[in-house]
Amino acid sequence: MSFDDPFDARRSLKAGGCSCGHHHSEAEHEAAARAEQRATAADEHGRLERVVSLAVVRALFPHEAGRRAFLTAVGASTAAAAIAQFFPLGTAIEAFADASKPEKTDLKVGFIPITCATPIIMAHPMGFYAKHGLNVEVIKTAGWAVIRDKTLNKEYDAAHMLSPMPLAITMGVGSTAIPYTMPAVENINGQAITLSIKHKDKRDPKSWKGFKFAVPFDYSMHNYLLRYYLAEHGLDPDQDVQIRAVPPPEMVANLRADNIDGFLAPDPVNQRAVYDGVGFIHVLSKEIWNRHPCCAFAASKEFVTGSPNTYKALLKAIIDATAFATKPENRKEIAAAIAPPNYLNQPVTVVEQVLTGTFADGLGTVQTVPDRIDFDPFPWESFAVWIMTQMKRWGQIKGDVDYKAIAKQVYLATDTAGLMKELGLAAPDTTSKGFEVMGKPFDPDKPDEYIASFAIKRT
Amino acid sequence: MGLSLNARAALVSMALLAAFLLVWQLAVGGVGKKAEPVDPAYAALVGATATTGQSAMPGPAAVGATLWGHLSDPFYDKGPNDKGVGIQLAYSLGRVLTGYGLAVLVAVPLGFLIGMSPLMSRALDPFIQVLKPISPLAWMPLALYTIKDSNTSAIFVIFICSLWPMLLNTAFGVANVRRDWLNVARTLELGWFRTAYSVILPAAAPTILTGMRISIGIAWLVIVAAEMLVGGTGIGYFVWNEWNNLSITNVINAILFIGLVGMLLDFMIGRLQKLVSYVE
Repeated sequence: MSFDDPFDARRSLKAGGCSCGHHHSEAEHEAAARAEQRATAADEHGRLERVVSLAVVRALFPHEAGRRAFLTAVGASTAAAAIAQFFPLGTAIEAFADASKPEKTDLKVGFIPITCATPIIMAHPMGFYAKHGLNVEVIKTAGWAVIRDKTLNKEYDAAHMLSPMPLAITMGVGSTAIPYTMPAVENINGQAITLSIKHKDKRDPKSWKGFKFAVPFDYSMHNYLLRYYLAEHGLDPDQDVQIRAVPPPEMVANLRADNIDGFLAPDPVNQRAVYDGVGFIHVLSKEIWNRHPCCAFAASKEFVTGSPNTYKALLKAIIDATAFATKPENRKEIAAAIAPPNYLNQPVTVVEQVLTGTFADGLGTVQTVPDRIDFDPFPWESFAVWIMTQMKRWGQIKGDVDYKAIAKQVYLATDTAGLMKELGLAAPDTTSKGFEVMGKPFDPDKPDEYIASFAIKRT
Repeated sequence: MGLSLNARAALVSMALLAAFLLVWQLAVGGVGKKAEPVDPAYAALVGATATTGQSAMPGPAAVGATLWGHLSDPFYDKGPNDKGVGIQLAYSLGRVLTGYGLAVLVAVPLGFLIGMSPLMSRALDPFIQVLKPISPLAWMPLALYTIKDSNTSAIFVIFICSLWPMLLNTAFGVANVRRDWLNVARTLELGWFRTAYSVILPAAAPTILTGMRISIGIAWLVIVAAEMLVGGTGIGYFVWNEWNNLSITNVINAILFIGLVGMLLDFMIGRLQKLVSYVE
């Protein structure tokens, strides 16, 4: 087998030969490599044994001269036998073979019953967890504060969170500071501003003074997008309207009871308000910021570093499910899989309208917006930077923020890119990109200038 | 009138129930506001409430039908988030009885101590008065944060909420045992333990049981709130899950179940209370 080291700067690259330098041409090299591959596949254990004993011999004789002297004195096979006498080679080989197996396979993942959690939920009934060797229980949870506490308590191994939450937890905003990570974005787009049906003539946000709005959580994209949208229309979100945190399942009931005038909420809440005839969809979140992140798959740093193989298998299952959900032709099947009481507990038609993007808007029209919700697991670090600029803009965090460092620490873009490639998906080469929110460009390299450019802010 | 009082009361109860069901049916059965005709492609995508203006409130017949559905298969298990109502009630009862049992174990001996010592009684009074009126939901975040386990937190909340009525009643009952009986015990030279066991306990038992009866009611009230918050299993989770689906029919069913089980619990402690009461 070849120990061709890509990090070896002195590797021979002589012209006419092959990349490893042992063969006369590249074709010959490839033929040899293929033959070797077949041999190694057939003799996986033998390969492990060789790798491990090599490592052991190298460790025992760090100096080349000593090793050679020992080997010439006693002979290679005697040497191996002698080493096996006092070093448990068998155990070492087993441990090495185990290194890629998940440390534990029985996992609990918490979710909130909304379509943002589609990849986390569907991976259970559609077998994506099982495919990657995991036995995952997906547990429905009552609200964001509870899902945060249950994950911090380690009742859940990983959880569905709002994409600003891992940042807030890591910074210790609204929670104890615990290093948290967000290895994948669950969904992009998929939210909407829904207003009570009695406001169907007030389509201009300038006429919304005094409205009461609900968002799912203080540290949510919903809060930041709603504030952004209102502020762009000249309304001060803290003075001119009231914004309160209401768990998604309670929003429609509150809208019906006239406790609130509208909400920026995840689906299926918006579609459910239409289904029950209490609200209409004013604007989809994709019209505020197309391809914005929303919910996230999050885990503690401890889980990521403490059980790296489990983490990898779990993340792979999620990315795999996300890739499946990206294809429009699969959406109906997914809707049927996640609508039953064990998961979302919603009428199938509501979930289907959300996922397929052919939906009733509450005003008597059937709209077709195929990318109403879409799925893309890549956690762009610039998303994190934007979120932190909004946290700062609205006074949730104070003082200087090391945007780049926190983004890099929490949004594990490099891990995701690696696993996406392993699964044969196209992954971006960079971890940061600029984008536009309501036509205003955002440059992730100039966060403080971005905040300063807003007229309405709390800094 | 040849019928006994009980029989007549039962008849009135039935008549009231029938009247209630009739009024309910009439209230929801009427056609709601006349909706404008809608495009059939659009109508297929929305519910009946949006198209026909039909009331979202179910009638007694619809509730009865789902009730039958729940009763005919109460123990199904379709995954961690969808279990039969029998299993949910069993989870709730398990939590209530654990928390309540622990509260009895703490409240009765402690109440004895407080009742027998006027000093302790006055010293602990301000703490008890402050802790007594705290809502279970106020304890929950603190419990989740410190105990770090949602199930234990729910049990703790039941414990802490059902503790106070028992504690106060026990202390009150013990403190108000008739002086004469204690004097008789003293004349007979009974030891402290003997006095407590064979004079004070029987004398205070009815008051203690009253406290226990109030507490079991509170514990059952608390569990629904606690389970709505922490979720997972239990009848409180069931209510939350059905609320999430805006299924008023199932919420009404759950209300019925909660009421019936609460009545059963109260009835059992009531029987116990009859056993220990005495006539002077």
